[in-house]
Amino acid sequence: MVSAFKKALESGKFVVTCEAAPPKGTNLDRMAHDIELLKDKVDGINVTDHQSSVMRFPSLGGALLVKELGGEPILQMTCRDRNRLALQADLLFASYKGIHNVLCLTGDSIMLGDHKEAKSVFDLDSSQLVAVVRTLEEGKDTSGNDLDGGVSFCAGAIVTPEATPLEPQLIKFEKKIEAGAEFIQTQAVFDLDRFKEFMEYARQFQVKILAGIILLTSAPMARFMNKNIAGVFVPQDLIDEMASAPKGQALAKGIEIAGRMIRRIQEEKMCDGVHIMAIGKEDLVPEIMSVAGLI
Amino acid sequence: MIRSITQLKSEEEIDRLLEGLMRVFIVGCGTCVTLTHTGGEPEVTAMNESLSKKGKLITGQTVVPVACDNLTSDMLGEFGPQMDQSDALLIMTCAFGVQTIARQLKKMVVPALDTLFIGKETGPGEFNEVCIQCGTCIIGETGGICPVTSCHKGLVNGPCGGTDNGKCEIDRRKDCVWTMIYNRLLDLGRLDSMRIIQPPRNHLGEPTPGKMILPEA
Repeated sequence: MVSAFKKALESGKFVVTCEAAPPKGTNLDRMAHDIELLKDKVDGINVTDHQSSVMRFPSLGGALLVKELGGEPILQMTCRDRNRLALQADLLFASYKGIHNVLCLTGDSIMLGDHKEAKSVFDLDSSQLVAVVRTLEEGKDTSGNDLDGGVSFCAGAIVTPEATPLEPQLIKFEKKIEAGAEFIQTQAVFDLDRFKEFMEYARQFQVKILAGIILLTSAPMARFMNKNIAGVFVPQDLIDEMASAPKGQALAKGIEIAGRMIRRIQEEKMCDGVHIMAIGKEDLVPEIMSVAGLI
Repeated sequence: MIRSITQLKSEEEIDRLLEGLMRVFIVGCGTCVTLTHTGGEPEVTAMNESLSKKGKLITGQTVVPVACDNLTSDMLGEFGPQMDQSDALLIMTCAFGVQTIARQLKKMVVPALDTLFIGKETGPGEFNEVCIQCGTCIIGETGGICPVTSCHKGLVNGPCGGTDNGKCEIDRRKDCVWTMIYNRLLDLGRLDSMRIIQPPRNHLGEPTPGKMILPEA
C-alpha cells in the first residue's frame, strides 16, 4: 500500500502539507471545517500530537477524521507520552485504519505544557521510532515476534536547519535517514539563503525535504519566536516588514511573506516542497498557497 | 564524593505530616545535608525554634554523623530516652537516612526533606546529578558524559530540536548535554562514536526495586 502522500513525494511535484490541530475536548467542528477547506488543496495534513505538550484530542483520532473526510493524513507521533508497546500498538491501529503516513518526533518537554507534573516517557527517541516503523513493516515487533497482518507507512521526521550548533542536529538527521526516514520536514525557515546552504548538504541523501513555513501574524510574534522557539530565526528585515504593515494589516503582510517565500523556494527548486504551519489559522493556508501561485 | 541532594519540604506539608503529633525529636545529619544546608546543625536548630513556636514540644535534637549508617549504641544511649518520649522523629536527612533510622527504631518517622537526586558538588553551592543508575552504561561512546542522566529526555541518539545555543529546552541555565558530548568528542577526534545508532534502552538493566545478591564465592 503506497500512500497518496508518498506518491506525491515520488512524483517530483512540489509537495505542500499543512497542519490540523485537534481541539481540547470533543468538539471537532472547527477541525473538520479546516480539513474540508484544505483536503483537496494540499498533499497531506499533519495532525499534531498534544502540540507543545498540551493535552488534546489524540492525533490518531484527528488523523482518522482527516481520513473519514477524504483527506490524506500524516500522523504525528511523539515519544513523550507512550512507551514502545503503546507506540507500536497505535501504529498497527493507524495502518489498519488506512493512515499510512507518520511523522516521528521526540516531542516537546512535558514541562512546556499544561500537565507539568506528568511523567514523561521517552522510552524511544525519534530516530528509534522511525526504525520501529520499518521493523513493523518487516512483519516483526521490536522484540522480534511475528506480526499477524502487517503495516505500511511513509515515515518521516524533522530537522532544525538553523540550530546552533548545527552539527549535532545534522548527525541526528543522518541517523533518522539511516533508520529509514523517507521525508524530512524542517523547523520553520525564514532566511532562505541559509536554507539553501543546508540544502546543499542535505541533497546528498535519499530523502525528500519539505521546508517549514510558519505564518507570521505580527512583529511581536516574530520577536517572541526569536526569543522563545529553539532554532527559529526571523531576520530583522522581515520583522521590520511586519512592523511596517498598516494597523490591522499585519496578518495580510504575514500571508504575503509566507506566500513569497514559498514561491521563491519553488521557483529556485530549493527542496521538494513545503510544510505550512499556520498555528491556529489553518483556514488561511489556501490564501498563502494562492499568493505563492500554487492554486 | 557522591552526595544526596535534598530540599526542605514546604512548611504546610511538614505541618500536615506532624498533625496530632505533639512531641517531636529532630534528627539531622553531618554529611550531605550539612553540605546543602538542609539538615545540618543550624537547620535542625531553626526547625526546633520554628516548631516550638507552633506549640510543639521538642523532646530533643541531634545531628548524627552519617544518617545512612546504622545508629551507634552511643548515640542511642545518649538520645534514646528523648526519642522514646517523642510521638515522632522529624528527620532532616535524605531518604536513605530516614529509612535507615526507621529500620532501627520502633518510632513513627516524618521526613522533613525531599531527596532530589544523587549528585556531586561541581562548584560552590552548585550540585549536579551524575548518574541515574540505569544499569546499561553508554558513556564509553559519549566521551564519558552521561546523556541518560543529563539530557532532560534521556535521549541516547543526539539532541532534540528544543536545544538552542547549547542550552536545554526546559531551562536556559542547564547545558544541553548533547552539545557537551559533541564538543568533547570533537576535541577528542572521536565524533564518529556520536554517529553510532544506539538501540532503544534496555530497562531491564535497572532492576525495580534495585536488589543484588552476590553469588557465593
